[in-house]
Amino acid sequence: MSTSDTAAPEARVPAWRRLAKDPQAVAAFAVLFVIFTLGLLAPLVTGHGPNESDLSAVNAPVGSPGHPLGADESGRDILARLLHSARTAAVSALIGTGVALAIGVTAGLVGGYFGRRVRFATEWLFNLVMTFPGVLLLIVLMPLTGGDYRATMLIFGVLLAPGLYRIVRNLVLGVKHELYVDAARVAGLGDARILRRHVLSVVRGPVIIAAAFMLGSSIAVQSGLAFLGVGSLEIPSFGAMISSGFRNLYIAPAQFLWPSLALGLTTASFVLLGNALRDALEGTGPKPLKIGSGQRVAVAPEDGDGEGALLEVRGLAIAYPAPNGSLKTVVEDVSLTVEKGQVLGLVGESGSGKTQTAFATLGVLPAEAVVTGGSIRFEGRELVGLDDHALSRLRGKEIAYIPQEPMSNLDPSYRVGAQLVEGVRAALPVSAREARQRVLALLERVGIADPKRCFDSYPHQISGGMAQRVLIAGAVASRPKLLIADEPTTALDVTVQAEILDLLRDLQSELGMAVLLVTHNFGVVADLCDRIAVMREGAIVESGDVRDVFREPRHPYTRMLLDSILDGSAVREDRPAAERSLT
Amino acid sequence: MISYIAKRLGTGIVLALLVVFITFLLIGTMVEDVARTILGQSATPETTAALMAAKGWDRPVPVQYWDWLVAAVQGDFGQSVYTSLPVGPAVADRLAVTLSIIVPALLLTVVISVCLGVWSASRGGAADRIAQGLSLTGYVVPGLLLAIGLVVLLAVQLKWLPATGYTPLADDPVGWLRSITIPVVVLTIGGVANLTAQVRGRMIDELRKDYVRTLRTRGVSSTAIIVKHALRNAGSPALTVLSLEFIQMLGGALIIENVFALPGYGSYAFNAALQGDIPVILGITAFGVALVTVVNLATDLANGWLNPKARVQ
Repeated sequence: MSTSDTAAPEARVPAWRRLAKDPQAVAAFAVLFVIFTLGLLAPLVTGHGPNESDLSAVNAPVGSPGHPLGADESGRDILARLLHSARTAAVSALIGTGVALAIGVTAGLVGGYFGRRVRFATEWLFNLVMTFPGVLLLIVLMPLTGGDYRATMLIFGVLLAPGLYRIVRNLVLGVKHELYVDAARVAGLGDARILRRHVLSVVRGPVIIAAAFMLGSSIAVQSGLAFLGVGSLEIPSFGAMISSGFRNLYIAPAQFLWPSLALGLTTASFVLLGNALRDALEGTGPKPLKIGSGQRVAVAPEDGDGEGALLEVRGLAIAYPAPNGSLKTVVEDVSLTVEKGQVLGLVGESGSGKTQTAFATLGVLPAEAVVTGGSIRFEGRELVGLDDHALSRLRGKEIAYIPQEPMSNLDPSYRVGAQLVEGVRAALPVSAREARQRVLALLERVGIADPKRCFDSYPHQISGGMAQRVLIAGAVASRPKLLIADEPTTALDVTVQAEILDLLRDLQSELGMAVLLVTHNFGVVADLCDRIAVMREGAIVESGDVRDVFREPRHPYTRMLLDSILDGSAVREDRPAAERSLT
Repeated sequence: MISYIAKRLGTGIVLALLVVFITFLLIGTMVEDVARTILGQSATPETTAALMAAKGWDRPVPVQYWDWLVAAVQGDFGQSVYTSLPVGPAVADRLAVTLSIIVPALLLTVVISVCLGVWSASRGGAADRIAQGLSLTGYVVPGLLLAIGLVVLLAVQLKWLPATGYTPLADDPVGWLRSITIPVVVLTIGGVANLTAQVRGRMIDELRKDYVRTLRTRGVSSTAIIVKHALRNAGSPALTVLSLEFIQMLGGALIIENVFALPGYGSYAFNAALQGDIPVILGITAFGVALVTVVNLATDLANGWLNPKARVQ
């Protein structure tokens, strides 16, 4: 793609420092720190034990002497119970998460790194664990744990492990075949060392994030069970306190308030901390796109008469917002003209802005992009500033598009034929039957041997070359006046490339379409184009008749490109099949 | 397609048999305690051994398992140690209560999450912030507190709905609806928090894919692209999350049932486990695993329908 330098330099700030600047993370961390420190210092903060009942203080209100938060139905000091409950919560969280980490991460590393058989075995085992509703299992196993909440949290940790296992396994599978891991293996490093040095570093971030959430859910589950009365009544816990407060709700609502607040604050802080960690370690994630609202434009459309070339782009400028809020220009001052039935080659290295120019013409720039200047006229009509609805009436009918990568441009869930029929019916007022006939005829025209079968195939059942023919059929289905082809052969095998170029040439002359051909291959230009425009760093540096430019390139950049390519094999590779077969 | 179903069903059955067997193994280690609990005051080593022999708990675990399995296939899950009532119908009754809160909650979760997720992923801006805020709120508030809070507000303060209890649908449809409303709302809020984030994330990924752009260049309308194409492709991962959600609700219903005093599957399991009612524990495990197996199978089938690549494997 053409937006090459999107990596922001500010991403080099260490994660913990970004975290320290995030108010949400700081607040969540502070809340947790206060709650757990007070829990740890409980004997120093309050003189009462958690189970010490004082019959004279039954249901003592908030602010009673000796009981700052009051006392409960058995005369136990609420503050003392609250602080000791925080201890219980901390122990629960550590046991649950610790067990999950130990099992999940180890199994994930092993299952992802070693062969298929190990992976299937671990997979199967964890699927087994996931088959059973977790909390129910904890209940069923109650007689086994003997009421000790620590044993229960141990089992809960096992139940949490599959989630972690999946995360780690997928990450490990992802890096396993990275070159640096191969290199380490070739260099003779042992498996344990590679896992520790190279693989664990990739896994670390997502595991820390997952752990934050697991700490919270361990506490929530322990409280839930204690609320039900599972386990020893001697153990102070938020859940047990909520349960007692709930029973006493009408007499002393405050008894219910304190533990609820403590539990709510604790679990909420872990969730918020987890979210903040995710933002700091993985970035904020992709933002939604505004679909159907048209391209963002920051320029007043020019007025003008309706005469001129088929496509006339003048002074087009496109920018993207940079992380610091300013706009970064990727295309500036692009001007080009395509006459009816003419083929224009738009050439330049990757990142020069060719694709962005093509997308702008079609009105399908990514939502972040802003057209900051210039005009795009199609048959004299200004396209810049048109809304998506107006543009969508041109698209498919008057202007069509062939993408670079055939496979990713077909919806994997629909049969090839259904997708093409949908496009035809969106562009032309035809019945479903007519559209189907038309698509079948087109598939045959683009050189597919068994159109009926291709029509009924899913994208994953056809080859890349065939998929590109399908996309070409989809583009020319409505006999567009202008075809925009974005590197239509780059992703294909060399043998298929020439056939596709032949097909494009034939269709072009047959339908009398104009073509805007985006490519970095001068061979393709020599083969197909009437005119050429050379792009570099977002601007057109030279344009003219293909033969003139080839014979006498004026701009040093064009000369450099020609020099570097003409003595290579690119031109010969892309000769038509008939000529190629001679070599 | 039929072989696909058969294969999935086969795997499910093997898994279910295994889970029940593991439950047998775990319970096998505690039968003596259970026997002593049942006997209470009169527990001596002799009476305990006699009870275990009478119940057949002194036999090797595989033998017990086989006998149980043979009877279970014929629909006989044994009798409760305490009430002597047959386990099968009792579990089925309790499960019906639990499903009558889980199924509406899941349906609501799907409808709300898909709408919110799609809306926030395709509109961005304020819509996205609202949806994300709602999802986060649902995450942050523990279900237990939410349940109690709603009871206090809607039942105790405003007296709009009954605080506790269950009215069977057959007895009084309106009463039934009133008795399940708060539990369903609580489960739905938790479910929506989870699923909305999933749908949103998947939709954002899908809408950035190349095929979406290509469909746009053919003049296909935004609505068709979002609903027909992107949502369908986002659907299959979201469906997997939904099936996990179901399993989670089945367990989570326990706490809800307790707060609302619903005679459901979870509270039945809870009491059986407290008392060490072994036949009931086994019956509950078997029904639970069978249900989860069916749900997983349904998820796989729906995934196959949504995603042609999954179908051929």
